[in-house]
Amino acid sequence: MSATPKDLENLLKRREYAAGFSTDIESETVPPGLSEDVIRFISARKGEPDWLLEWRLKAYRRWLKMVEPRWAHVHYPRIDYQAISYYSRPKSLAERPKSLDEVDPKLLETYKKLGIPLKEQERLAGVAMDVVFDSVSVATTFKDTLKKAGVIFCPISEAIREHPDLVRKYLGTVVPFGDNFYAGLNSAVFTDGSFVYVPKGVRCPMELSTYFRINERNTGQFERTLIVADEGSYVSYLEGCTAPQRDENQLHAAVVELVALDGAQIKYSTVQNWYPGDEEGRGGIYNFVTKRGDCRGRASKISWTQVETGSAITWKYPSCILRGDDSVGEFYSVAVTNNRQQADTGTKMIHVGRNTRSTIVSKGISAGHGQQSYRGLVRVLPSAQNARNYTQCDSLLIGGSCGAHTFPYTEVRNPNAHLEHEATTSKIGEDQLFYCRSRGISEEDAVSMIVNGFCKQVFKELPMEFAVEAQKLLSVSLEGAVG
Amino acid sequence: MLEITNLHAQLAPASLNEQSSRGPAPGGEGKKILQGITLAVKPGEVHAVMGPNGSGKSTLAHLLAGREGYTVTEGQVRYDGKDLLALSPEERACDGVFLGFQYPVEIPGVSNLYLLRTALNAKRKRQGLPEIDAMDFLAWVKERVKQMKMDIAMLHRGVNEGFSGGEKKRNEILQMLVLEPRLMILDETDSGLDIDALKIVSEGINLMRSPQRAILLVTHYQRLLDYVKPDFVHVLARGRIVKSGGPELALELEQKGYGWLEAA
Repeated sequence: MSATPKDLENLLKRREYAAGFSTDIESETVPPGLSEDVIRFISARKGEPDWLLEWRLKAYRRWLKMVEPRWAHVHYPRIDYQAISYYSRPKSLAERPKSLDEVDPKLLETYKKLGIPLKEQERLAGVAMDVVFDSVSVATTFKDTLKKAGVIFCPISEAIREHPDLVRKYLGTVVPFGDNFYAGLNSAVFTDGSFVYVPKGVRCPMELSTYFRINERNTGQFERTLIVADEGSYVSYLEGCTAPQRDENQLHAAVVELVALDGAQIKYSTVQNWYPGDEEGRGGIYNFVTKRGDCRGRASKISWTQVETGSAITWKYPSCILRGDDSVGEFYSVAVTNNRQQADTGTKMIHVGRNTRSTIVSKGISAGHGQQSYRGLVRVLPSAQNARNYTQCDSLLIGGSCGAHTFPYTEVRNPNAHLEHEATTSKIGEDQLFYCRSRGISEEDAVSMIVNGFCKQVFKELPMEFAVEAQKLLSVSLEGAVG
Repeated sequence: MLEITNLHAQLAPASLNEQSSRGPAPGGEGKKILQGITLAVKPGEVHAVMGPNGSGKSTLAHLLAGREGYTVTEGQVRYDGKDLLALSPEERACDGVFLGFQYPVEIPGVSNLYLLRTALNAKRKRQGLPEIDAMDFLAWVKERVKQMKMDIAMLHRGVNEGFSGGEKKRNEILQMLVLEPRLMILDETDSGLDIDALKIVSEGINLMRSPQRAILLVTHYQRLLDYVKPDFVHVLARGRIVKSGGPELALELEQKGYGWLEAA
């Protein structure tokens, strides 16, 4: 007659990863292994100035002395860092294409399959895009329009050549290379990523977007993104990620640094759909990412919105340092763990300036054997008079074999601080499902409806075009969640 | 329209993962709840099913709507000549069966409007009709919101989210008016209503009375039947119908209670 929770579990396992194809493209990939020579090779390949090579080598030497963090609530075999290749690029990009017409048609085909047409005329109006394939940036669209507004949006390797002073001034100032193990590794070997600079008083005329794709086997992706919003400027930025379906695990250790000067606003949205591994937990991306925003100026604002449905393991805490007085930090997150996925994610809000405010809304959804932890830190320093924080973390469980955990940390060293924390854990009840079904709605549609309702607070923070994408992605991620 | 023949049902083995608060209680596996119900409901009729706590009234209502957790051991249920028990809850709903819940469920973040539109379109799909035009739908719903004397703004609130008990019951009837079912099973829709709300809810139910439709009212009290006049009254005790009669039976019950029937 109707489904039992057992069927529910079985159906849950049948999720397919739509972005799971790989592209047969000739690549130049350095042999696995990491040494100073490899770093020199990467730096030379990218034609970098000496200061950057020195910085990389310093990071590498520091990294050698660091230990991999083990405190997160995730379990995986030790990673052999000498088995990873640290640089890969499609051969056809050996000479970077001058225009899209010169881009290898196979690459364009890949992005088309992913639903990212690069041709500007096919683009959603108002979204400029940078695309990173394995280690290199493939194309940046809408460059001219942005140039007119004075906005710089280009691959970071290009920014290092063309705007060395800006890069040098800000690189590593939010996430120094000694910050943590993965940030150290990234600083030593980062290959590409995006750079954004929005000049004083400019409201960036369109959404900026970067699309990351890991294609090569046994390569890691170590991109580095740096966004600087000068005084009184505004920018909204979105990143999306996918990878082919492979049996082995691949490492993704990115660093994202945001700098907001006086009165500037940065809105950073992520839709992360790295390959999550199969239902037995084989393969999938290890997503060990350091993202941090520095509200350096007065009344500046940084807002993180993330929809995390992919990756075998996620270790990620997009954070805000609220240095400027009256600055605002926000973190809105939806994270899904299904099958054998594990996620330890959350945020850090560091209140330094006076009257700083932060909001945290975290929605975790666990299904199958997924394990998910919210880990959040709210720190109020003695200097942060009248700091305020509101934290809400809700977990939704589907089925009986998954887990949700919450690790909130608070460190308050100013008596005027005002902190609120709310947390709930709920199951998609048979009550809710039956209620919807008794109105004629299929079980599958009911689950997706209930889950979307649960995530609504976060989705409404996403740029509109992407909110729709995120909802679809969520439905796909939980496809067959119940039957 | 609805023919229940010698229906026997018991609690299904408790599921390991889910245990619902309103569904069958744990530990009662194998407990016999319905023990030979026979009942025929024709189009145009209103039947009231009354009886003491634990007599199986709610089980009957839920079972007809397709709730999991019960095993039918004997007997059958035909709806328009089809085997009702072979259909999923959503198929039953799309074919015109509606259950008004005693405890309507909250679905945070999903607006009432969205639930209604999704439900109505699911039904239209099964009937081979295209999705309803958004403007037509809105007009259709608003009219019914007014009939239930509810605030239009409720359409944009989460389903039953933060609703009072009375609002939840009115919302059930609103959903019924929008979806226009043919067989309406109302499980203690009158419980927890003040007299004004009871009137509004009753008026809503009466709007749906027609020669093509039938209503099964599950209730403890005569009160609702003052407003929604039943054609037949049945008394359920220990999983059986122990007495059937006309509307006067309800009045008799009001005076004498259930004791004299339970002993019978």
